[in-house]
Amino acid sequence: MQRRESGLELNLSKEKLIEMYRKMVEIRSFEEKVFELYAQNLVPGTIHLYAGEEAVAVGVCSNLRKDDYITSTHRGHGHCIAKGAQLNRIMAEILGKKTGYCEGKGGSMHIADFNIGMLGATAVVGAGIPIAMGAGLSIKLRGTDNVVACFFGDGASNQGTFHEAINMAAVWKLPVIFVCENNVYAMGTCQSRVMLIENIADRAVAYGIPGIVVDGNDVLAVYEAAQEAVERARKGEGPALIECKTYRHKGHSRIDPAKYRPKEEVEEWLHKDPMKRFKEKLLQTNVLLEDEIQQVEKEVSTEIEEAVKFAMESPYPSPKEALEDVYAPM
Amino acid sequence: MRKITYKEALREALREEMHRDPTVFLLGEDIGGYWEGAFKVTKGLAEEFGDERVRDTPISESAIIGAAVGAAITGMRPVAEIMFGDLTSLAMDQIANQAAKIHYMFGGQAKVPLVIRTPFGAGVNIAAHHSQSLEAWFMHIPGLYVAVPSTPYDAKGLLKTAIRGSNPVFFCEHKLLYPIEGEVPEEEYTVPFGIANVKKAGSDVTVVATLYMVHKALNAAKELEAEGISVEVVDPRTLTPLDERTIIDSVKKTGRLVVVSEDCKTAGVTAEIAAIVAEEAIDYLDAPVKRVAEPDTPIPFSPPLEQYVIPDEKTIIKAVKEIV
Repeated sequence: MQRRESGLELNLSKEKLIEMYRKMVEIRSFEEKVFELYAQNLVPGTIHLYAGEEAVAVGVCSNLRKDDYITSTHRGHGHCIAKGAQLNRIMAEILGKKTGYCEGKGGSMHIADFNIGMLGATAVVGAGIPIAMGAGLSIKLRGTDNVVACFFGDGASNQGTFHEAINMAAVWKLPVIFVCENNVYAMGTCQSRVMLIENIADRAVAYGIPGIVVDGNDVLAVYEAAQEAVERARKGEGPALIECKTYRHKGHSRIDPAKYRPKEEVEEWLHKDPMKRFKEKLLQTNVLLEDEIQQVEKEVSTEIEEAVKFAMESPYPSPKEALEDVYAPM
Repeated sequence: MRKITYKEALREALREEMHRDPTVFLLGEDIGGYWEGAFKVTKGLAEEFGDERVRDTPISESAIIGAAVGAAITGMRPVAEIMFGDLTSLAMDQIANQAAKIHYMFGGQAKVPLVIRTPFGAGVNIAAHHSQSLEAWFMHIPGLYVAVPSTPYDAKGLLKTAIRGSNPVFFCEHKLLYPIEGEVPEEEYTVPFGIANVKKAGSDVTVVATLYMVHKALNAAKELEAEGISVEVVDPRTLTPLDERTIIDSVKKTGRLVVVSEDCKTAGVTAEIAAIVAEEAIDYLDAPVKRVAEPDTPIPFSPPLEQYVIPDEKTIIKAVKEIV
């Protein structure tokens, strides 16, 4: 198991860094807006917000091509945005509208965009892991050089699917990057109550693949760890397990006040806010100037408002559509 | 016409589809060149197509089906073998929540063309974990098709349809059917889903049966015929989609129905078919519907115990005589 320290030097272009920052702002602003809409009772069902974990999705997906794949979880808005899905169609899906990615059949926990290799979010914890492995098998059999990034949480790493799928990916040398978003809590259960190990990446040893622990609130550190894993995978050298230590700013779902988390712990993590850190770094290194940052934030804010308008003004599907698409045409 | 076994018919379907379409591949435990399948369905295929396309897996049923799902939604046509039907419980989330729901849940964006082949059935003294008939579980999952071939002809034709389709198919086989011989043409054919087969025409009573029970129903019909009772035997061939029309038309003609299946009676295959007939054709019934199924017990080991719970010709004949 390797440990990655934050703040490594990267030879990324200014355009790339701005793009990464923009994606992080998009995710954060999007999630804040979803929370606001939820509080106004405009979102049916439940929500699981990605705010606080932006560096993981952006750091990983910034290494992917449009034709690479990802799989996602119930906390999946950030993965969709990082992979390049359209904000307005994600928002419409969350509101249950016909114009949403899944025409209102999926909702917040089941967004997919197969046109950009986003193979869908599954809300059964750990269920996406073997599916990602299968996409990796498909890549191998079809002989392309694509890769799959498989996102899941610390909780999912206790499911049998994690172990079964990583073992298969390892033994078949499949091009899959297993990305564990360790946000410390599986719903209300702290990792220390259900695992004796501190690092989930240690489990990679059991399957003979590289396991890397990275500061999941440092987008550049995540980027670099993922870059190496993606390169290996593309070359046919097999999978890797990257554990990103991170934290969700909000509770597990809905309006969960997350009282199971000590106040000091929350404060410590808020201090390590990945957005704030990346912004400071960009400013300190003069990659971006304050007005450029503001420009990005302003553009994103407009984009989010447009997404909300689009979603709010979109029609609901007609009720009878509930009976359609159970089966694909033969 | 030439005769081959059910097992050979399945193998022919796999081989021909693998030749026809390079995206078809097989995966499962011990299906490759070392063992060639617990029931030898895949015998010779690894030698012919290589280990990549006839892929031995670790003993990880959930990941086997998950791998098939992931491959299916990205352009492949996997055929997964689960060594015994009982073991599908280990993969149930991938079957019920993933494979069957992906097309719907994602608004029709993705197709999931995968086949899960597995043998059900009791009768070979391998007890509670290797003998069940669980077809009804899979009938209860919208988004999944369920095939139940009873002959070599249907086994080959339905498997080809399953592999070529755009949806996940749960393909039920039966251990005792593997060695059964039947006519299978040399030339290309497929059997469509949702079309029942009237195996034998009759006028006094309709017997609907599936898988190995079709053969027992035909034997029973022969005996009853000798006693002057004319039995019509209907084999649905797929449980989802179910050819309700053929069953109802037969009941309208005979006025009596016996449903035979090897699964447990409660909430099982026989319950569903009986309910459909009650809903759609009760006015045509001249007698109560009879159900012949396994009692609600696990499958026991000891031969006399096991034989006691499996429906046979005698129980079918008894049920028919109770309503004719």
